[in-house]
This record gives sequence, structure tokens and C-alpha cells, in this order.
Amino acid sequence: MRRLSTATLLALAPSAAFADTMPQMNFHNPLTLDQVGWMAVILVVLYLLLSCWGLPQVGKVLDNRAAVIAADLAAARQAKKEADAAAAALNATIVQARAVAQAEVAKAVNGAKAKAAAEAAALAAALEVKLDAAEAQIATARAAAVAAIRPVAADVASTILLKLTGIQPAEDQLAPRLDAALAARKVA
Amino acid sequence: MAAPSIDALGQFSLTTGFGQFGRALHFTNSNEAMLAAAVIITGVFALGLQARALVPGRMQSLVELLYEFVRNMCVDTIGEEGLRFFPLVFTIFSFILLGNLIGLIPYFFAFTSHIAVTLALALFVFVFSTGVGFYTHGFRFFKFFVPSGVPGWLLPLLVPIEIISYLSRPVSLSVRLFANMTAGHVMWEVFAGFMLLLTASFGVLGVFAAIVPLGLNVALAALELLVAGLQAYVFAILTCLYLHDAVHMH
Repeated sequence: MRRLSTATLLALAPSAAFADTMPQMNFHNPLTLDQVGWMAVILVVLYLLLSCWGLPQVGKVLDNRAAVIAADLAAARQAKKEADAAAAALNATIVQARAVAQAEVAKAVNGAKAKAAAEAAALAAALEVKLDAAEAQIATARAAAVAAIRPVAADVASTILLKLTGIQPAEDQLAPRLDAALAARKVA
Repeated sequence: MAAPSIDALGQFSLTTGFGQFGRALHFTNSNEAMLAAAVIITGVFALGLQARALVPGRMQSLVELLYEFVRNMCVDTIGEEGLRFFPLVFTIFSFILLGNLIGLIPYFFAFTSHIAVTLALALFVFVFSTGVGFYTHGFRFFKFFVPSGVPGWLLPLLVPIEIISYLSRPVSLSVRLFANMTAGHVMWEVFAGFMLLLTASFGVLGVFAAIVPLGLNVALAALELLVAGLQAYVFAILTCLYLHDAVHMH
């Protein structure tokens, strides 16, 4: 495209513009080729400067950066690994602590339960003793009361018989009937 | 006729630079620009390598950017073997790029607009890549001109075509760069000359009319900036491509 445009320009431009031939094509001028010789000198010097000094130095800077970045990444990865390990250890510790605490709580609850049960048992035993004593007392009192009934009953019966019949019943006649009556009333 | 004539080609005239020294040693004004390019490249490296920081500053970024750009170009095009040629490709690329860019500055000489310069560069690349081909493959490099998978009776036709195409490489390589740079600079000069012609011929009206070629030149400046970078890139990538052919033979 651009080469074409040169051609068209060269063809269309006013001839006044090209009073002389192109200086680039003027190979009669020794300077046209002399510039190439000097260019060679300049390029060789530039090449040596760039290849021996400039480019390796830039390469070193870039390599150094890549190495630093890689090292930083490795350090970050290592740090992450350590952080992960620390987190895992922390979790394990928490789990362990929780288990210990739960065992402690269970122990305390069981202890309290046992203590309460023991106290309840002791209380029950004491009450039992008191109950037994009271029952014994009741039995004694009952026995005493029952024992007190018979002479009163014999006395009442002989008195009633005396008033009704005028006969003092004999002790041996009265005693079996009294016993039978008391047994019938389930007092004796 | 007091009107100025357009001298579009005078800008390419070679003179000697550096006064007495230049006259004696035929050190031309284009060599001055070449020296400036080399000094600027070296200076950019010197500035960029001052800090050697882990986080680069501007100059260091510029140098690293150039370095990685050309390095990737070499590796992508030639392969890992391309790293051997990296300094060479970098030298050629930076030299042409700076030459193109320096040429864009008014009053500075665009040495890449000289066919002698570009042809010398292209011939060097051609001879060098051919040398690499023979150094790598010996006489088997001649097989490069024999396309594989082609019926035998076609070879008498194809081999000359391949050889001509191979030999035309330095021509296309040099003319592409030379023509691009010359065309841009000629157009610039022609439009600038139009401005002078308009103002000289039509007075105040001409001054206003001259705004049109001025605008064109501004647009052209942007285009030439693109071309300057693009042509340096094209020259470098074709150098890589020829080296790839020399190394890999396909």
C-alpha cells in the first residue's frame, strides 16, 4: 500500500518538486556509500554495547525480579501451610478441651447425683428407724390398751350379771365367754 | 516568479557533519542521526539501569518493555534458538526505530529514507540468515529451495521460483522501509511547500487556505509516527522470520 502511494506520489507530484534526481539514488556522490561504512562502525559499537552490557543487565534485573517473586510466593505458600497447621492444631485443642470439659461436667453431675442419692438413702433409713420406733410404740400402746380391756370387760360383765340375776358369776365360767367375745371382736 | 518552489527531495541530500572532522572522514549528516540514535539507545539503557529496582520506574519500564517486546518477538518467531540472535535483532530494531523517530523531528535527518542504508541493513540480514542456514544445516540448506510434497516434474519450475523469491528478500525488505520513510517525508514537504505557495500567491486568502495542508500535515504526523514504529517492527519481525527459516528450514 505504502509503496504504491510512493509510486503514485512520484508520478503525480509536480515535476518542479523533483528538479534534481533523488539524492538517495545518486550513487555518484561518494557520501551515499560512505554513510554505510560509518553506519557499520556505529552499529558494531551499538551491538557490542547492547549485547555485552545493556541487554544482559536488563535480563539480570528481570531474572532477579522473577526470582524474588518466586521466593515471595514460596514464602507465602509456606506461611499459609503453617497457618493451616496452626489452625488445625487449634481446632484439635478446642475439640480436646471440649471433651475434657464435658467429662468434667459429667463427673460433677454424677457426683452430685450420687451424693443426692446417698443423702436420700440416709434420710430414708433414718425415717425408717423412726417409723419402726413409732410402730413399736403404737404396738406397745395397743397391747397395753388391749390388755386393759379384759379386766374392765370382766368387771363390767360380772357387774351387769349381778344386777340382772343377782348371782356373782364364777370366775371360771365367765373367763372363756369373755375370751370368745373378745376374739369375735378381734381385740385380743 | 518570486514564489518558492517545492523542493521535496532536498531534505534527503547528504552533506558532511561535524565540520572539519566530518569533511575529512566523510562523516555525513545521516551518520550524525545514526550516532544520535545509538547515543539515545545507550542513554536510555544507562538511565533505565540506574535504579535496577524491583518495582521499575519510568525509564526502567521503558527499557524492560523494549527488552521483553523484542525478546518475545525472537522467541515466538524463531523459537528458543532465537535467543542467540536476540541482541542482533534488538540492535537492528532499536536502531531503525530510533532512526525513523529521529527523522520525524524537523531539521533532523531520516537515515532510514536512504536506500543505501536500508539495502545495507537488508543485505546484512540476508547474508547473515543465509550464513546461519548453511552453518546450521550445511549443504542440506539447499533443500530449502525444494518444496516438499511436490510432484517431481514441477520442481524445475518451482525451484527457480523459490530461489528468486529467496533472493528478492533483501530487495523487498530494504525497499519497504526506504519507500515508506521517503514517501512520508516527501508528502510532508510537499504539503508544507503548498502552504508556502498558497501564502505567497494569494496573500491573506492564501494564509487561510494554507490551514488545509497544515491540517493534513498534522494528520500525516500521526500517521508517520505509526509508520515509524510499524516499519521498525516489520523489519525486525522479517529478520526473525528469515532467521527462523535458516534455523528450521520450513
